[in-house]
Amino acid sequence: MTAGSLRVRGLAYAYPSGRQALYGIDLDVAAGERVAVLGPNGAGKTTFVLHLNGVLTAGAGTVTVGGLAVEKANLREVRRRVGIVFQDPDDQLFMPTVHDDVAFGPANLGHRGDDLEPRVATALDRVGMGHAGDRAPHRLSAGERRRVAVATVLAMDPEVLVLDEPSSHLDPMARRELADVIRTLDLTVVMVTHDLPYAMELCERAVLLDDGVIVADGPTNELLADEALLHAHRLELPFGFRPTSV
Amino acid sequence: MGAGHLHPLSVPGPSPLHALRSHTKVVATLLFVLAVVTTPREAFWAYGVHAFVLIGLARLGRVPARVMARRMVLELPFLAFAVLLPFVARGPEVEVLGLALSQDGLWAAWNVLAKGTLGLAASLVLVATTPTVDLLLGLERLRVPPVFTAIASFMLRYVEVIAAELRRMQVARISRGHDPRWIWQLQAMASTVGALFVRTFERGERVHLAMVARGYEGTMPSTGAPAATVVEWSTVLLVPMAAALVSVAAWGALG
Repeated sequence: MTAGSLRVRGLAYAYPSGRQALYGIDLDVAAGERVAVLGPNGAGKTTFVLHLNGVLTAGAGTVTVGGLAVEKANLREVRRRVGIVFQDPDDQLFMPTVHDDVAFGPANLGHRGDDLEPRVATALDRVGMGHAGDRAPHRLSAGERRRVAVATVLAMDPEVLVLDEPSSHLDPMARRELADVIRTLDLTVVMVTHDLPYAMELCERAVLLDDGVIVADGPTNELLADEALLHAHRLELPFGFRPTSV
Repeated sequence: MGAGHLHPLSVPGPSPLHALRSHTKVVATLLFVLAVVTTPREAFWAYGVHAFVLIGLARLGRVPARVMARRMVLELPFLAFAVLLPFVARGPEVEVLGLALSQDGLWAAWNVLAKGTLGLAASLVLVATTPTVDLLLGLERLRVPPVFTAIASFMLRYVEVIAAELRRMQVARISRGHDPRWIWQLQAMASTVGALFVRTFERGERVHLAMVARGYEGTMPSTGAPAATVVEWSTVLLVPMAAALVSVAAWGALG
C-alpha cells in the first residue's frame, strides 16, 4: 500500500456514555487525494477523524494509514503520519510562543537541537509564517493562528493532513490565504467542513456523512449539484451558488 | 480575542540585565534577599547600601521608577501589619508625638518595613527584566519539577483566552439588561463563573486531545534554557556577594 493512503473498513464507535456515533464506515482515500467530509452537526464527522490517528479507538472495524494499522503498538508512527488540525486553534496552540508550539510535535517524536530547528523553520515557511516564530499565539490574527496550527502538524512530516472545519471563524481573505497554503501541500488531505464552496474549491472528491454512516461518495461538484440529497441531510448551498457553473 | 501581553510584568529591554540568563538572575535574587534578611536591623547604613545597589540595578535594567513605585503598592497590606506592631507589642516604651510606643515594636516594624521593601524591590527588578516565559525556562533549568512550570506556562497561555471568554459572557449578559448592582443579582454572575469553569474544563480536555494527537505521551519535551558560563555566573553573583559582605560587615560593626 502506498504511503499517504487511507483505508477504513467497518468502523463503528460508541461513546462511553453508550451513544453510538459511527455505524460502520468504509472509505478509501488514495495517496495525494483531497477528500471533503461533509455532513450536518452531530453526524459523527469529528468522531470519525479522531479515529484516523488513534485518539479514539474503534469499537469495531479497522483503519490503516499507508498500510499501517491504527492500533496501540503503532500509535507513535500513526500520529506522525496523520496530522490533525483542530477546529479551534486556541486548543491546538498551547505553548507560549509559535516556535515552541511547532517544535512540540517533532520533539515528541524525539527530534532535538539541530535536527529540530530546520523542521520548525520549514514548517512555518510552508504556511507563510516564517517570521512569526517568536510571537505569542494569542497575539496572532485568526487566519495566522490557523496557519500556524497547520504548521504544528506539518513539522511532524505527515502523509495525511486532516483539517477539522478549517474555514470557520476566518474572514474571506484569511480563508483565501489558507486555501492557497492547502493547495501547495503535496499531501493526502481529509477536510471536514460545512463550507460547501470551500470543499468544492479544494477537494475533487467529497463524502457525505450522516447518522454515523457514509450516505454519498463522489466528485464534489456532482454531489453538491444534488439538491435533494443535500436537503435530506440538512445541508444547503449558499444563496446564489451554482456548483454546475463553477 | 484580546490582544494581550505575553510578558505582562517585564519592561522592554534591551539592557545589561535583560541580557543575563534567567536562571542566574533567579539564583542571584534569592541570595540577595537572603543577605538582606540576615542583615542586623540596627545597622541602618547597611540598608542604605542595599537600597542604593537595588536602585542602581533598576536603573541599569531600565525599569522606570514609575513602574517600580506602582508595583510596590503590593506591599501595602504587609505594611499595615508593620504599622500596628509598635502599638500592640509589649516591653519598654518610648514617647513619640505624645504616643506611647513599644520599643521592641518599633524595631520589629522597621525590620519588616526594611526587609520587606528591599525583598519585594529585588523581586520586582527580576521580573521586570526577565520575560515571564524565560523565567519559567530558568526555573526548569534550576530543576523545578516540570509539572509546576508546565502548569504555570499553561496559565500564562490561557489567561487571556479565558479572560476574553469571560468578557464576552459579561457583555452578553449586560446586553440582555442585566445590571449587577444588588446582592440578589449575584446569581447570574455566579452562573457565569460556573459556566466559565465548565467551559475551561472542556477546553482543557480539547487541548489535551490536540496534544495527544501530536504524540504527547505524558512528558513535555524539555526546551530548557541554555547553560550559563562560569563568567556569567560570577558576574551575576557579584551582587549578592556584595550584599552578603555588607551584612557581615554590619554584624562585625555591632561587635
